[in-house]
Amino acid sequence: MHANQWLELAVYIAVLVAITKPLGLYLNRILDANGRTWLDPVLRPLERLTYVILRVDPAREQGWKQYALALLVFSLVSCLFTYVILRIQEHLPLNPQTFGALTPHLAFNTAVSFVTNTNWQSYGGESTMSYFSQMVALVFHNFFSAAAGIAVAAALVRGIARANSHTIGNFWVDITRVTYYLLLPVCIIYALFLISQGMIQNFKPYTTATLIEPQTVSVQKTDANGNPVKDAQGNPVMVNQTLTTQSIPQGPMASQIPIKMLGTNGGGYTNANAAYPYENPTPLSNFIQMLSILAIGSALTYHLGRATKNQKHGWSVWTAMFVMFLAGVLLCWWAEAKGNPIHQHLGVAAADGNMEGKEVRFGIFDSALFATVTTDASCGAVNSMHDSFTPLGGLVPMFNIQTGEVIFGGVGAGLYGMLIFVVIAVFIAGLMVGRTPEYLGKKIEAYDVKMTLLAFVILAIIILGFTAWACVTKWGLAGLNNNGPHGFSEILYAYTSCAGNNGSAFAGLTANAPQYDTTLGIDMLLGRFAMIVPLLALAGSLAKKKIIPASAGTFPVTGATFVILLVGTVLLVGALTFLPALTLGPIVEHFLMLQGTLF
Amino acid sequence: MATKSASILNPKIIWPAIGDAFKKLDPRLMVKNPVMFVTMVGAAISTVDIFRSPGQTGFVIQIAIWLWFTVLFANFAEAVAEGRGKAQAKALRATRTRTNANKISSNGKTEVVDAESLRKGDVVVVRATELIPADGEIITGAATVDESAITGESAPVIREAGGDRSAVTGGTRVLSDEINIRITANPGEGFLDRMISLVEGARRQKTPNEIALTILLAALTVVFLLAVVTLKPYGVYANTDFSNAVLVSLLVCLIPTTIGGLLSAIGIAGMDRLLQKNVLAMSGRAVEAAGDVDVLLLDKTGTITMGNRQATAFVPAPGVTEKELAAAAQLASLADETPEGRSIVVLAKQFGIRARTIHDLPDAQFVPFTAQTRMSGVNWDGELIRKGAANSIRQFVGGKMPQEIEQIVETISLSGGTPLVVATSKAVLGVVHLKDIVKGGLADRFKRFRAMGIRTVMITGDNKLTAAAIAREADVDDFLAEARPEDKLALIRHEQQGGRMIAMIGDGTNDAPALAQADVGVAMNTGTQAAKEAGNMVDLDSNPTKLLEIIEIGKQLLITRGSLTTFSIANDVAKYFAIIPAMLMVTFPAIAPLNIMKLHSPNSAILSAVIFNALIIIALIPLALRGVKFRPLGAAQILRRNLLIYGLWGIILPFFGIKLIDLVIAGLHLA
Repeated sequence: MHANQWLELAVYIAVLVAITKPLGLYLNRILDANGRTWLDPVLRPLERLTYVILRVDPAREQGWKQYALALLVFSLVSCLFTYVILRIQEHLPLNPQTFGALTPHLAFNTAVSFVTNTNWQSYGGESTMSYFSQMVALVFHNFFSAAAGIAVAAALVRGIARANSHTIGNFWVDITRVTYYLLLPVCIIYALFLISQGMIQNFKPYTTATLIEPQTVSVQKTDANGNPVKDAQGNPVMVNQTLTTQSIPQGPMASQIPIKMLGTNGGGYTNANAAYPYENPTPLSNFIQMLSILAIGSALTYHLGRATKNQKHGWSVWTAMFVMFLAGVLLCWWAEAKGNPIHQHLGVAAADGNMEGKEVRFGIFDSALFATVTTDASCGAVNSMHDSFTPLGGLVPMFNIQTGEVIFGGVGAGLYGMLIFVVIAVFIAGLMVGRTPEYLGKKIEAYDVKMTLLAFVILAIIILGFTAWACVTKWGLAGLNNNGPHGFSEILYAYTSCAGNNGSAFAGLTANAPQYDTTLGIDMLLGRFAMIVPLLALAGSLAKKKIIPASAGTFPVTGATFVILLVGTVLLVGALTFLPALTLGPIVEHFLMLQGTLF
Repeated sequence: MATKSASILNPKIIWPAIGDAFKKLDPRLMVKNPVMFVTMVGAAISTVDIFRSPGQTGFVIQIAIWLWFTVLFANFAEAVAEGRGKAQAKALRATRTRTNANKISSNGKTEVVDAESLRKGDVVVVRATELIPADGEIITGAATVDESAITGESAPVIREAGGDRSAVTGGTRVLSDEINIRITANPGEGFLDRMISLVEGARRQKTPNEIALTILLAALTVVFLLAVVTLKPYGVYANTDFSNAVLVSLLVCLIPTTIGGLLSAIGIAGMDRLLQKNVLAMSGRAVEAAGDVDVLLLDKTGTITMGNRQATAFVPAPGVTEKELAAAAQLASLADETPEGRSIVVLAKQFGIRARTIHDLPDAQFVPFTAQTRMSGVNWDGELIRKGAANSIRQFVGGKMPQEIEQIVETISLSGGTPLVVATSKAVLGVVHLKDIVKGGLADRFKRFRAMGIRTVMITGDNKLTAAAIAREADVDDFLAEARPEDKLALIRHEQQGGRMIAMIGDGTNDAPALAQADVGVAMNTGTQAAKEAGNMVDLDSNPTKLLEIIEIGKQLLITRGSLTTFSIANDVAKYFAIIPAMLMVTFPAIAPLNIMKLHSPNSAILSAVIFNALIIIALIPLALRGVKFRPLGAAQILRRNLLIYGLWGIILPFFGIKLIDLVIAGLHLA
């Protein structure tokens, strides 16, 4: 934990704070159908044309049911669109490596993964996807799933801010404006920046390089049909193989990476994701990528404050997120810098901590910060392997996701997820001030509590339920590369990551099997839409209510007490739900590591 | 109330409550409370487990016993809360003896009928010493009525036809005179019947916040159920077999049994506390709404002021001393029995004028106040002394008063007072300053309400000047002067449109629309039937300042629920640290450092947590019934305070509690 790294952390935080207000103000204009921006001269005609083609009347707002229906229909249709492309990839252009069609379960998993803004990848990008699939089937969702997330957050904020209203905005207008005015322009500039750092953008076939130093690797022996050969005990037979060449993937990366980060999608172009030099060429690109992950999530809190005319509340929510972010970074960084006592004992440890699974270009701190940032937001891009973190270091990313992705969170998803906790906190503590709980002048009544908790409970049900199922079935255990608590962590992380629409993986789990692809796919769908629908219902219910004027008796949603209350609610509710499971995974593993057992 | 003094820990309530705790185990009743229902199912499962756990029998038996205790303790809390209401209902029922009524039939004849046969619209005559057979409105006559059966107040009250004191309640007794009553309630629907069913809690419905809280508790229960049930397969993965008794223990410790077990007791006790204050709430919803009130509408007369003006100063005319004026005013008021007149006599004493009575002046001729002259006074010693409003005196002295007097009159009027001019037939002596006296301690009380964010609005028929002066003195936030009933209604509607909740208190028939429109409408028991029907609470004491106490009780009810919920959830942290290491100790001995409380053994750790979880319910029953102490502070301060007490201590306290129980268990070799 060097001074240099502290400095980088300080700069990261300072820049994040600095962009929150301007970006928040800009979001405010975008999320108002009549808002003006300096891009209007260029984009307004395009926006109008889009409405004409879509036959949308931008002046006509929707009630929550219509809004939800529009979102679901849009998601379903676009999901099918991607599914079809992936299934017929071999017949489509821009496929220099002549990749074949994806299996039905992988295509399902991938289509669902991208439409839900999860970007869980049961495949390696450079060995599975054609350039066409990358640029059309996947990037489409990178933009629109992000826009949809922001739209839902905007709708919920409208519900909170409005009084006596039956509508919460127009879904088509929201995703159009977010895409045109925010995501596209930023990504174009962002792409040019990344190219300047050395990122590639081409349609060339992969190049083959000759290795200066041939490498010998141990690989599984396969029979003539390509199936692994196993010995009498059922363990795979390993053989040595000498490699003299390396295939270097090419392709349109610069058009894909900006939105992967900005839209908290996280689906890597290559399997190594942001650890791969082309996807993350320089320390500066690494810094900007980390920043862009949290940018919109952070700015949305400013939008919340602005829209509800209570900027202090916006900053209070921001502070609650920030406190948890900082705690996560420090714990993860500390655990990784402290390293693995067993390695140290054996004299094989790197000098500055646990370097297993980390890119030497980034080192301990940038890996720990990236891991925290990517799991705080439901991004899921990685520049190191979370699987190889120390138990406590790996606990941080997992717990971050289990909080419900509310620490800045996925674009839009972070804010609406956090508002669940705000409502729960306001409800419980609100009773304590002796009034029917109110959130910004809106009474929180039985229906609102019901919808909020529905959105909350679904996350616990799918994470714990699917993990329980997988860890006692043959197919579940077949995917494991590690046994013991670590294997359990891998399964738990997979379902956690998918339910939280994060998409990062505790690598080590071979998830591309029909059962995993399918259950993880369902996990992602429920984690996204089973949460969004009740929240839109909440937005609809809140929008209809009167706003009670604030007085000294009003529950304060600003200030230190509220921040502590909110953080406490997130941690306590998150911890109480997942602690038993976490104990059997990383916590037991940590204590076993201290006693000298590794997995 | 007759049983007002019954305390929470009265053996007469405790003993039946123990029996009721068992009766309430009926699954059909239990299922209404999801948290305690799950606890009971858990208790049943662990009971079955006794026979399937060889080698652990002693441990599982103890777990099962304590889980049943947990359920019983919760039932007991509810039974105790209901106990006082039941005792009161019993006392009320006793007053409802079978009576006869003298019904006046349409042909004018009186016939004796059974009170049960009376219907709305019938007319009865009730004579002295007779019981009033049913609720009704006096149409002719006036009588003193003993209403102690419902109010607990032994002093008789006067009820008369017309005006705002015309309602009588079935079951009360006429002490003097004779009245004709038009019946306004069919048998079984009367005030007393409603009161009995309310105090008994027979028709108790969950209030809106209670419903919302139940949903929250049910959702938490679902989450914890899942967290615990999935441990079974996780255990299979980790080659650990978690026994049912252990899993049930963890579940019951995690689900919010503390608040789940006390929730209905808190609600019942809240209604009961209102009853102790002699306020009858028609629904729990109204009590809860009282906590949410943003604006209080208070009638000036009787609520803010004493109800009568009092003399506060003598302002003499030029050339007249204060003492001379005082003496004249006193003479003019000797026979005046109105409170204003009394106050003049009392004030005059301060000027060294010896207290004179009518008997000291046998030859004096007192002139009473009449609507025609609008003056009162005395003819004595050849002098005509009069006091009265400026207009009347002006005529009395020949159409013109000195300029100075006119000025004094105007000054007093402007300050909100009432000028009473004193004159002899020869000259105007000066002016008595009559003033509305604001009740003591009110300003302080309003300040407390302001701190809570509640605005007070005074309503009065006075003119704006007077109203403003009194409003300033009483320190209310706003006032509505020259108010007619429709103005009150309009004010309430206007405030409600702004999202505010309104409470008001009233007694007259013309208050009824406003009472019905207000979110909390408190009718005085002395008021008219219409007012009582329109409001959602009845104040049996007919004390207008009661509104303030009602609001405090409403807030206290919500605070108690919120605090115990926070406490309940915060408790889970310590229980985790007790149970989780205990569960895994056998398979993963490495986890020992997680046993931060250094509990004796896995079994004692689990048992301690379960016992703590059960005992905390019993320990908190008094708090649930009494309510968390209410402090008139702003929301931010209350929140900080309660978070500290119930949140922070909720986390810390169980660590000590569980450790202590563990020491006892280890000491007794129970596990």
